[in-house]
Amino acid sequence: MLDIFEILGPIMVGPSSSHTAGAVRIGRMARTLLGEPPVKADIGLYGSFAETGRGHGTDRALVAGLLGMKPDDLRIPESFSVAKEQGLSFVFHPAELREAHPNTAVLTVEGASGKKTKVQAASIGGGRIRVDQLDGVAVDFTGIFNTLIVRHMDVPGELATLTKVLSDGGINIANMSLVRDRRGGSVMTIFEIDQPVPAAELEQLKAVPQVLGVIYYEKEDD
Amino acid sequence: MALNSMQEIFEKAASRSIPFWRVVLETDMEERQVTEEQSMEKMRAAWHAMLESVVSYQGDQRSRSGLVGGDGARMRRYAAADTTYSGPYVQEVIATALSVGESNACMRKIVAAPTAGACGVLPAVLVPLYQMGRATEEEILQALYTASGIGAVVSFRACIAGASGGCQAEIGTASAMAAGALTSLRGGDPQQIGHAAAMALKNLMGLVCDPVAGLVEVPCVKRNVVGSVNAVSCADMALAGVESRIPVDEVIDCMGEVGRRMPMEMRETALGGLAATPTGKAVKERMEQQD
Repeated sequence: MLDIFEILGPIMVGPSSSHTAGAVRIGRMARTLLGEPPVKADIGLYGSFAETGRGHGTDRALVAGLLGMKPDDLRIPESFSVAKEQGLSFVFHPAELREAHPNTAVLTVEGASGKKTKVQAASIGGGRIRVDQLDGVAVDFTGIFNTLIVRHMDVPGELATLTKVLSDGGINIANMSLVRDRRGGSVMTIFEIDQPVPAAELEQLKAVPQVLGVIYYEKEDD
Repeated sequence: MALNSMQEIFEKAASRSIPFWRVVLETDMEERQVTEEQSMEKMRAAWHAMLESVVSYQGDQRSRSGLVGGDGARMRRYAAADTTYSGPYVQEVIATALSVGESNACMRKIVAAPTAGACGVLPAVLVPLYQMGRATEEEILQALYTASGIGAVVSFRACIAGASGGCQAEIGTASAMAAGALTSLRGGDPQQIGHAAAMALKNLMGLVCDPVAGLVEVPCVKRNVVGSVNAVSCADMALAGVESRIPVDEVIDCMGEVGRRMPMEMRETALGGLAATPTGKAVKERMEQQD
């Protein structure tokens, strides 16, 4: 999708769209994918994120995102002290990865409920991001669209049921992908969609038989 | 509908007898499924943030490395004596480009256009015009659509990240966007906008991305000045009827190609260019000791 406000924008706290704004978005995406505010985060930095991240405030930006801040939040430079107030503890270390984008972070985040999730994402330029791995599964989505991540069992007709819920709700699919671990195992289906998903449709999706979980990321500004 | 070539924008503008900026506006309305008013309001918010990034400048702010800060204020003090070579408008362009570039390095709020490293260029050419009463807000918003359209085409055909294409992709693109915006603001037709953008991009072609210690500070802040002043001269040339001998889409493709052939050391890795000078290396060592 072309969004001219990704060219003239984002409105953001400097100094780098890739190392600061993109890093905030990666942190915020990890928070959304966890589905609750994180209380613990283990953050691996790879490539240029590891090399020049500190001077660009990449570390403070990632933590700001984990706290739910957006790229234009003036508290980004002080995110470490905000994290302390809000009870988020975190560690940074260099990450060793094979063939990853040079601006990559790997975040393992844990919520108060004990729920954990692991996200590998890259900042691909101009503040745009791409999620490359979710809990060890290779994925590919950007957060430019409203995004639904549905985990379900690999049974015939499951996709038809899910897409029926979306079409009945007047929701148009822009991109879709699915990955399964093995035949008859579990599947992660990712829908990038044009409209926001109302709560009623989200509940319907969660109630579909054989669905294990639904995560919804709503894009910024809408 | 997307913005895949400048030629496509020229044809749309010609077939419906509408200005360049309106083709971009209508593309946004279609892509994001918004009304003209909604799109305009979002552009107005970007403009207000840009304006705010200029007026909120503080001459005493310093970047984390201490290398950047105070030059915007220095330029303004010198300009106050009215003895500059540049004259009333261009001296303000220079001071504004320095100010916004410095604010970005100091983790203040800016508008990436197209990137944070190049965030000073568009405000540098537009804000002084607005403050001098030489352009209304509506005219500025239209010029910003023109700029966005040019940036979108460059992003589609080439690249806008220093890591992919060097500084030419960031400051070069920002300069092309600003040149087109200024040309559109003075009633230039789509072809003239294209010539202005092409000339701006050509003049900065090959510029490497060589940030000292990997920071968006040196030489990035001052390159915002060259991007801005280049945009002013290319807009004036285009409005005078000077044409780019190489069509704008070919220039954009060429910038992408030059970027791809640029050595890795010159693409934001801080391993070449000014970053690899003895002083550049010394700054890096000092920063590492600080950490």
